[in-house]
Amino acid sequence: MNRRFLPLLMTSVVFLLGYLYCSVQFHNFATMRVICNLLTDNAFLGITAVGMTFVILSGGIDLSVGSVIAFTTVFLAIAIERFHVPPFLAFVAVLGLGAGFGAAMGAAIHYLKIPPFIITLAGMFLARGVSFLLTTDSLPIEHPLYSDLNDVAIHVLSGRLSLIAMVMLVVFLAGGILAHRTRFGTSVFALGGNLTSAQLMGVPVGRTMILIYTLSSFLAALAGIVFSLYTQAGYSLAATGTELDAIAAVVIGGTLLTGGYGHVFGTFVGILIQGLIQTFITFDGTLSSWWTKIAVGALLFAFIGLQRLLVVAWVPKRRMSSSA
Amino acid sequence: MTLPVALPLSARRLVVTKRLPQLVGLVLVLLVDWLVSPQFFSLRIQDGRLFGSLIDVLNRGAPVTLLSLGMTLVIATGGIDLSVGAVIAIAGATAATLINSGLDVWLVVVLSLMAGVACGLWNGLLVSVMQIQPIVATLTLMVAGRGIAQLITQGVIVTFVNPPLAAVSGGSLLGLPMPVVIVIGMLIITVLLVRGTALGLFIEAVGINRRSSAYAGINTRMVLILVYVWSGLCAAVAGVVLAADIKGADANNAGLWMELDAILSVVVGGTSLLGGRFSLVMAVVGALIIQAMNTGILLSGFKPEFNLIVKSVVVLIILFVQSPALSGLASRRRAS
Repeated sequence: MNRRFLPLLMTSVVFLLGYLYCSVQFHNFATMRVICNLLTDNAFLGITAVGMTFVILSGGIDLSVGSVIAFTTVFLAIAIERFHVPPFLAFVAVLGLGAGFGAAMGAAIHYLKIPPFIITLAGMFLARGVSFLLTTDSLPIEHPLYSDLNDVAIHVLSGRLSLIAMVMLVVFLAGGILAHRTRFGTSVFALGGNLTSAQLMGVPVGRTMILIYTLSSFLAALAGIVFSLYTQAGYSLAATGTELDAIAAVVIGGTLLTGGYGHVFGTFVGILIQGLIQTFITFDGTLSSWWTKIAVGALLFAFIGLQRLLVVAWVPKRRMSSSA
Repeated sequence: MTLPVALPLSARRLVVTKRLPQLVGLVLVLLVDWLVSPQFFSLRIQDGRLFGSLIDVLNRGAPVTLLSLGMTLVIATGGIDLSVGAVIAIAGATAATLINSGLDVWLVVVLSLMAGVACGLWNGLLVSVMQIQPIVATLTLMVAGRGIAQLITQGVIVTFVNPPLAAVSGGSLLGLPMPVVIVIGMLIITVLLVRGTALGLFIEAVGINRRSSAYAGINTRMVLILVYVWSGLCAAVAGVVLAADIKGADANNAGLWMELDAILSVVVGGTSLLGGRFSLVMAVVGALIIQAMNTGILLSGFKPEFNLIVKSVVVLIILFVQSPALSGLASRRRAS
């Protein structure tokens, strides 16, 4: 079997073992209801993480996604409630804004050679600042379409698969196809493997780079729409730290943070593991929520350590020291 | 950080032009501050210490300035330390919890600083021995650190009544607020440590090429561990100052997002994120630019919501001015 799949396999095993343990511990755990709620609660995070997977596969990072989500919710709340814009028009507008924002960041990274970390950090401040400027209050969205959309669901046994959970699953499916079955996906992997070699091989580096960040911000805006459906409100302090959760999910899912190796499906498992930890803590009731942070941190460390060992095991010694 | 006299004139001019954008930036920001608030530069002495907006900039900027000292060294090796905000929370939680258990204030401060050193040691070992990418290695502590801080405080905001510890933030020495004195002290110690010895050169060498520096006989592991320990120590000092400021420890919010401000200060100060060269004094200038903007926005009566936007726009301008692509363009034009 391909050693490249080992991190992904390990992640899946960890999730299955964790799920098994929880099911033994709590007798209501192994129901469709818990699974469906897990998907619904983490829908916005999952959509963000798909975009983040592309960014990390290319060897970059996008710190602005949490702020873009907050901006989207505030924009929607103001457009729909204050200016009575039809919701679908507002959705299209905010998705366009998000894509443009990402394209600008990608262009700055490619043409000005500014490290992604710093440019997306500035983007994070900018997007958060603009949403503060729009409003600092939490605005409810009471448009009838919102409750209609929230009523859309497929009933699976005892659970109800909500619309936003379905959106996330579709995004994961589309993301997987885009990353592993298209020319764009191959270019992304090439960029993450080695930028210079990719350029020499004729990969359109500039276009790919701009598209990657466009995709990430576009998906963050989509996650913002999902988040506003989920909370039925717009709040400029919403989704702080989402970028960290998304990065953690990508890394736990077996994607190498240096770029070039990874799977969109792994990110999905990473999201499930984070959701599982939260659900476990809710079920237990005696553990405090800070254990989530410690557990995610410990898992992150375990997976990074594992990746490191694998890299040491499979890359020849000579190349190892040059990459250090 | 003074320039060696032997430096050729052209090289010296290069250093000056490299630093010019930041210094002009600081002067411009201070001028704008002065325009929006004419009494900005006025200082007065009351109860034996200085008061005024300028002192306030220094005082409020102290925690980020402290962080930027350690961060500069880490970034100079080509790394990054995302965990400093969490280390602030851990050190603050340690200080508040220990002082309530009745320990002597000196012991409390030393133990809190040791907590920061331990965090730095962890980061350093991950980066140097396990050879994990710095951004990832420190990310684990960034995520888990606040959880650990909450474990120390048992999930509540611990407050304390202890005048000696509170004096770390509220006291004054020679007319200057204590945090400013601490910053100046740490700056002098750090500069002496890296420029008074060969350590600074080693750090830059590791940042340029770790492999060649190892071949040249530099103990690269030791250098890496040292810079992360120093960063942890600086963060712990900032954590104690912040805890003393609010006379308590809030594991959720102490130092939140401060790592980003610290990284921005270092970058605005002209230290390349790719490593290889650094300037501690310019990092302090960078931190002061950011704090002077914050204070200016407050003084101008603008809503504090403008803060983030102004900050990001100024940072973007400085980034564009410094960007390798633009400077390459400029030098090409000069050559032709």
